[in-house]
Amino acid sequence: MSKSNFSRRGVLKTGAIAGAGLALPTYLSAASHAGYTNAPTGSSVKFGFNVPQTGPYAEEGLDELRAQELAVEHLNGIGDGGMLNTFSEKNLQGDGILGKKVEFVTGDTQTKSDVARASAQSMIQKDGCVMINGGSSSGVAIAVQGLCQDAGVIFMAGLTHSNDTTGKDKKANGFRHFFNGYMSGAALGPVLEKEYGNERQAYHLTADYTWGWTQQESIAASTEALGWTTVQNVLTPVGAGDFSSYIAPILNSGADTLILNHYGGDMVNSLTQAIQFGLKDKQVNGKDFTIIVPLYSELMAAGAGSNIQGVFGSMNWNWQLQDAGTKAFVKSFGEKYGFPPSNAAHTCYVQTLLYADAVTRAGTFNPCGVAEALEDFDFDGMGNGPTTYRGSDHQCFKDVLVMKGSENPTNAYDTLEIVEVTPRAQVEYPVDHPMFAGGDLGECNPGA
Amino acid sequence: MDAFILQVLNGLDKGSAYALIALGLTLIFGTLGVVNFAHGALFMIGAFCAVTLQKILGISFQTIDDTQTDFLGNPLKVDTPYVEAWFGPEMGMAIQDWSVPLAILLVIPVMFFLGWVMERGLIKHFYTRPHADQILVTFGLAIVVGELIKAFYGANPIQTPAPDMFIGTLDVGVWLGMDAGSVAYPKWRLVYFAFSAVTIGAVFAFLQFTTFGMVVRAGMADRETVGLLGIDIDKRFTFMFGLAAAVAGMAGVMYTPILSPHYNIGMDFLVLSFVVVVVGGMGSLPGAVLAGFMLGILQSFASMNEVKAVIPGIDQIIIYLVAIIILLTRPRGLMGRKGVMEE
Amino acid sequence: MLGLNSRDFKLFIVVCIMALAAPILLNPFPTASALGESFNAGYPALMQRFVIFGILVIGFNILFGLTGYLSFGHAAFLGVGSYAAVWMFKLLSYNVVPAIILSVIVAGLFAVVIGYVSLRRSGIYFSILTLAFAQMSYQLAYSVFTPLTNGETGLQVYNDDPQILMGANSPASPHLFGLEMNSQYTLDISGWSFVFQNGYYLSAIFLILGFYLSIRIFRSPTGLMLRAIKSNQTRMSYTGINTKPYMLAAFVISGMYAGLAGGLLAAMDPLTGAERMFWTASGEIVVMAILGGVGTLVGPVLGAGIIKYLENIVSKINDGILHQWFAFMPDFLDNALVSIIHPFIGKGWHLTLGLLFMAVVIFLPGGLVQGGQKIGGFFRRKKTDDAADGAKTPAE
Repeated sequence: MSKSNFSRRGVLKTGAIAGAGLALPTYLSAASHAGYTNAPTGSSVKFGFNVPQTGPYAEEGLDELRAQELAVEHLNGIGDGGMLNTFSEKNLQGDGILGKKVEFVTGDTQTKSDVARASAQSMIQKDGCVMINGGSSSGVAIAVQGLCQDAGVIFMAGLTHSNDTTGKDKKANGFRHFFNGYMSGAALGPVLEKEYGNERQAYHLTADYTWGWTQQESIAASTEALGWTTVQNVLTPVGAGDFSSYIAPILNSGADTLILNHYGGDMVNSLTQAIQFGLKDKQVNGKDFTIIVPLYSELMAAGAGSNIQGVFGSMNWNWQLQDAGTKAFVKSFGEKYGFPPSNAAHTCYVQTLLYADAVTRAGTFNPCGVAEALEDFDFDGMGNGPTTYRGSDHQCFKDVLVMKGSENPTNAYDTLEIVEVTPRAQVEYPVDHPMFAGGDLGECNPGA
Repeated sequence: MDAFILQVLNGLDKGSAYALIALGLTLIFGTLGVVNFAHGALFMIGAFCAVTLQKILGISFQTIDDTQTDFLGNPLKVDTPYVEAWFGPEMGMAIQDWSVPLAILLVIPVMFFLGWVMERGLIKHFYTRPHADQILVTFGLAIVVGELIKAFYGANPIQTPAPDMFIGTLDVGVWLGMDAGSVAYPKWRLVYFAFSAVTIGAVFAFLQFTTFGMVVRAGMADRETVGLLGIDIDKRFTFMFGLAAAVAGMAGVMYTPILSPHYNIGMDFLVLSFVVVVVGGMGSLPGAVLAGFMLGILQSFASMNEVKAVIPGIDQIIIYLVAIIILLTRPRGLMGRKGVMEE
Repeated sequence: MLGLNSRDFKLFIVVCIMALAAPILLNPFPTASALGESFNAGYPALMQRFVIFGILVIGFNILFGLTGYLSFGHAAFLGVGSYAAVWMFKLLSYNVVPAIILSVIVAGLFAVVIGYVSLRRSGIYFSILTLAFAQMSYQLAYSVFTPLTNGETGLQVYNDDPQILMGANSPASPHLFGLEMNSQYTLDISGWSFVFQNGYYLSAIFLILGFYLSIRIFRSPTGLMLRAIKSNQTRMSYTGINTKPYMLAAFVISGMYAGLAGGLLAAMDPLTGAERMFWTASGEIVVMAILGGVGTLVGPVLGAGIIKYLENIVSKINDGILHQWFAFMPDFLDNALVSIIHPFIGKGWHLTLGLLFMAVVIFLPGGLVQGGQKIGGFFRRKKTDDAADGAKTPAE
């Protein structure tokens, strides 16, 4: 590590003498001169893209990274501009942000809070990033959000679905474009009612950690409101691999619906195994047995293959939407990489553009100015119709998609089909909703 | 009663996966005295043999269909697998459908070869080194293998379904005189259990009833004396390494329809299989098999709602808890020999 | 001096200088240069990790290096220490003193229990027992013990926590009697910029103390006793010595080092999660120790540094940065080089780690310290004895 320093000592000494006159030591609590952390001084500004590049969510992270690179290209005027052409605000001209060229650094979160924080710290302390974007798990999002709050930079959360991110763990410097467990429940409810009626016996398998619990709570609440009964909620260890011993008891439990509150590899395995146990072919209480996966992602759908046919779930966004914004984004992404973007990619792309736009509207990179510009900000043309970033909890409100595994996929990318675009009004909730209670947004922190 | 039988079946199934890996680990340890942390990686390579074969059988040529368009509005490129073009669509589909069982034919030579290369190229140099060094170098190898697989196949799990014939369930309960439909168990899991039983039986029979096996057992007991008798025991031990690799690989292939393989699956199994081996007792083949099935069944029972209601979270720690209890009551695991791996 | 022989004292002074001057030594390249942007490691968060994991592995080495008992669950003590520290922040105030004291005590008690049980077995049976305890701690902390650990989200301080000792003017981040851990002094000299942070120096002082203590333990009669146990425990028993108390003492001291490291991690960054206790975290400690050189005094610190450097620096290098480096080359050469290096950087840093690790175990059984000695011996052309201590044979 430091063994190669001998040759440099001499250089250092002369440098020290030469620089001693120029150096004006500053004693600040977060090292900055412009009143906020990492104020960009040169002709460029740096973003930090902190995504899982190794570990179970690596594919999702790499897709986020692709979208973020695309967003930076569009901000710097390279390529066709993508959603900048359809975005309702027209402040971004493809000449960077406030005349500064956008640069970025990347980091690997490994989907571990400690590593994600280490990576974010290095982006803030070493690379001088003004904004951290991305991530693929709620635990990591909450951990990094807290860090950004303390350090005084803006955090855009990426894929995080837990109610807590903008509930009890919300922070003034953090924003979330993704939807959450409550919204999944609210969107799925009416569709499930129409499809499966009011008398269902639901059996929940839930990943045994905070995201799983909040989603289970949300889905149980919305299905019970339809008249469904929750027969049992069984907590399963994360990464169990073989779920057979949790699935077998469902067979004779009297339940006619299985709700899988799993994500990622767990969802692929539990769904595949549930179908191997013949659940889908069963008749219970005179009804066809059904399976529901409340949170879908394209990559997981691909992993589960034909098993997802006819299975309902929800998503934040899907490339098959037909609005102008989606089409523009899918076109630039597809032309660059050869396949359509995932909803994680969309979230990270949009968040990058929205941050950039907020900076231009605020006229500063100061996180407090940016946060103010984002709070209660209404816009359109980013793929989900008219959208608002609510100021009181920094949650984004927009239409939510109810999806179904398509019965006859024609290629590798349309394994899911859009059943319904649930209007935003239906998934909105008051900021003091009990599932989101207990948090404190706090004051925005500019750092220095 | 039906719930009980289902969990026994689940436990046997889990147990057979544990037992197969633990058996291979013990074979290597017992013969060569090497602790192989890359054994999970061998299991994974086996699983990816199935994926590879599925991919090979799916190799396609593209024709452009002007009547349809892809997601960007360009003419759709239609993929037709070569096997379908050569053998006709039906036969071709059937071959692809059977890719997992067919992969067994592929995996045996591949794993034998890899095992041989690994033993001659790397492990051989570690016979005289401390166990810690063996653990570490094979652990490093496991990381490298996992990363290479990730570079080729990505990090997502890959779906490798069983042949259509084995999809669905078999009503086991009816055989036991229970109501129809009360104990329906997936066919492939029954196949997996049968396969494991046969493999384990074959390995034991091989060691017990063949001359080769007899020499190997003699070598395990006293390597030097066997060497003095003029028998090239090293060659036989290298063969046993290949055999252990092949067992792990076959276990991996057969497990793919149950658990979609991904690059980290080896690591997931590694720690568990080590606990199994140690609980069984280092160096004891019957111990490894017994411990595998015992832990599998206990884990299944611990996952039952009735048990979890009494002790929340017991299903997550049962294996470790049992390991601690057994190691404290039986110093060398269930059937371990004295003086092995104790220093 | 300080009760050390002259060779140990020299080593100690070298470690002191390295630790105290790290903010300068780890920034060898000008901040804005391409090399500086990629390879400089002298920023507070990473330096903290260097020294904190250094402390952790020094402690691990007291157990593994001296006695040869390979604990595969050492991360549990780190995790427990972190949880204890964050709870102190939540209940009392952000002052790090009670947090660090409690984290050491709690980890020590935890080590007494686990050590008492696990030390009844030896060899791989001991390793598996420690692994089992650590995995149980992890699983429970992740799920069932969520009220105590905040599960996957990680334990952190909320604005509505009691913090009964928190005065009106107390800093809202970890501090040592008002001296904030994250406040820093930046020295800009021509192209270089050196950051001196309070938190780093607190950790560095603990590293120096921990290192000093470990030298004293290695050289003490107890240390000798432990090494005797390593070479032949049975013979020790026959001489009528009860080896158990010595073993347990080594285990608990080692656990307390880990607890201290956990407490310091929390003091630098007041959040902790269950994954700190996962078996891969324990494995990482073993890897660090062996990579550097087990049983040597300075090796473990070196190993910890290298792993953390790989994790934080190599994983951040991406293709864009590579193209910047090779921009002066013709395009085809640039692309060829980038595609050769590509698999080993960024998302492929695990591959680099695995290969490096195998190479070290195969070619340098004594770890990097042995490598250093080989190179040193090559230059000096004379036989050197072990720079750190006599235990050259790798531990088992």
